[in-house]
Amino acid sequence: MIFAGSLSEFFALNALTATIGLVFSFATPYVLASLGETFGQRSGVYNLGVDGVMLLGAFAGYYTVLKTKNVWLGCVVAIVVGLMLGLAVGVVNVLGWAEQGISGIGFFLFGLGLSELLFEKWVGTPLPIKSFPNLQIPLLSKIPRVGDMFFKQHLLVYLTFLAVPVSAYILKRTRFGLNITAVGENPEAADSLGVSVPRIRLQAQLINGAFSGLAGAVLAINLGIFQQNLTNGLGFIAVALVYFGGWRPAGVMGGALLFGFVESSVLRLKALSIIPQSWSDIAAMTPAVVTIIVLVFVARRSRQPGALGIPFIRHG
Amino acid sequence: MNRRNLMGALLASVGLLAVGCGSDKAATPATTAAAVTTVAPATTTAPATTAAPATTAAPKAAKKLKVAIITPSAENDVAFSQSMFDSIAIVAKERGADGIEIAKSPNLFVVADAGAAIRDYATKGFDIVIAHGSQYGALLKEIAPQFPKVSFAWGTAADTFGQPNIWAYEAKSDQGGYVLGILASQITKKDNIGIIGPVEVGDAKLYVEGFKKGAADGKGTAKVNVTYTGSFSDVAKMAEAAKTFTTGGADVLTGSSQAVAGAVPVADAAGAAWFGTQSDQSALSKKATVGSQVYHWEDAVREMLSSVEKGTLGGKTFALTLANKGLQIAYNPGYKIDPAAKAKADDAMKAVIAGSVKTTA
Repeated sequence: MIFAGSLSEFFALNALTATIGLVFSFATPYVLASLGETFGQRSGVYNLGVDGVMLLGAFAGYYTVLKTKNVWLGCVVAIVVGLMLGLAVGVVNVLGWAEQGISGIGFFLFGLGLSELLFEKWVGTPLPIKSFPNLQIPLLSKIPRVGDMFFKQHLLVYLTFLAVPVSAYILKRTRFGLNITAVGENPEAADSLGVSVPRIRLQAQLINGAFSGLAGAVLAINLGIFQQNLTNGLGFIAVALVYFGGWRPAGVMGGALLFGFVESSVLRLKALSIIPQSWSDIAAMTPAVVTIIVLVFVARRSRQPGALGIPFIRHG
Repeated sequence: MNRRNLMGALLASVGLLAVGCGSDKAATPATTAAAVTTVAPATTTAPATTAAPATTAAPKAAKKLKVAIITPSAENDVAFSQSMFDSIAIVAKERGADGIEIAKSPNLFVVADAGAAIRDYATKGFDIVIAHGSQYGALLKEIAPQFPKVSFAWGTAADTFGQPNIWAYEAKSDQGGYVLGILASQITKKDNIGIIGPVEVGDAKLYVEGFKKGAADGKGTAKVNVTYTGSFSDVAKMAEAAKTFTTGGADVLTGSSQAVAGAVPVADAAGAAWFGTQSDQSALSKKATVGSQVYHWEDAVREMLSSVEKGTLGGKTFALTLANKGLQIAYNPGYKIDPAAKAKADDAMKAVIAGSVKTTA
């Protein structure tokens, strides 16, 4: 028997409101990291080291808030750290023509180890920090239930979901976005038209790094804490969500929301003892399993960028 | 090797090096001598014990006792590891710098790393190696017979594996959990209490069960929900579980393990009350923390060390209880507790010590 308690408790309006309210907060780091990786992959470069960049961004954001008590400064510092790592990823993969899978593992391990080392040396023990203040949207937050679910989040949640259409617009409607797509699909053709493939790919990696660094900071500051391996593989899920979303910002957001919803629901079911303790560990795997299953079906219909993972080497 | 492979391999190597720097504590244990130079006689009054056949080796001559301690989390984790480090610091101060030398290897939650550290200390001639974590039991069962002249200790557990050079120690954490549960039931205004456990074993499980029983006995109408994160160290999961409870209406939270550092800020931000265990957790939030059950291992450590000096290397289990003061409740002076609620908790404590109340269901 899977359900020990009463499912009606889960479907009670209060519980449902609370569960859906958490979905956006849970999904935010996934959306940010996946959006950044979407830019990177659309340009033809994938970075399996997103998790490592997130960890360093998380530590940078956490440490800054710990010292300054300024959550916004924490986000800025995390973006700067992300930009630096994005540049490093770009130099290694774009200019150094590295095997992207291996270099990604390297960046992940680098971020994992360095964030752990810095945490141990500079902090030592998980010290709580100030979290993001919730921003209640005037009027909308007063709407019964709907206000609780959607309009009492922190500022970064709103900005993150606003970044989705902005990213889609950039990728589809601007010269820069079209160049990203061009160098990711057919770099030789783009090059022959005078587009600098390395420059565009480097810029895409900078965007990727900034988003990933911010994603880490949002995670740490929202939790109000940092510890070793805080992301616990979140960055890898973010990479999978890019495939899930068919390399489109809206698709990526949909995947992140699904993941957040399953995660939030499982937590609620466990908290209400509807899922018994003996099933607890299996239930914890549900978000990842659901993502994989959906990925199998959704990814079939999508086509990855033509030059994804292939370094551009100009001949002649 | 072409340029692509070379760059990838280089990056992976740098990454591995960073991971190594970040997690290699076993290779470089920190050694410290006690700060005070006065050698005080070791006290031998141990808490409640379960006698097992203890093997007596030849008494050792008076010398500086070399003690190694291995823990799964940071020395100042405000929870499980810190409780042992604090206790050892007290005993070390009593013995003075000439009486004890301490080597520390914190953050070894990877059992394989801990195994390497335990062997290293045993090989280097440490008199006693304290492996502070219930996940280390299988390691000691395997390693201890290979080093019959070295004493080993582990907990929380009650099993010495019939091995003459292993001590075990445990905390009857359901007792303090029960008392705090009674108090929690008086403090909750929404009659909604959330308990977050790490893994359903050992002192964490006992604490959860005791707290749940206490809350139910204190106020039958209080709704008490329990969840386990499946990890002793994942603060993010602990924080998510805490958020799930607070958004679901809980105004009192508690939890066990070093990962509670993730839950306390959530309680603080939500205006919920927090009850701690293992160490005094008021440092994590002066606003939210009502009180904590604190483990005091000093008596057990004192007896283990003095026994080792006399040539007895193990074979005994120690248990912390409220009665032997191995478990104590530390209230946060910054949190105003209603005197009537506090009186109920005090009564519950007396009943537990007297053995007149059942602390688990």
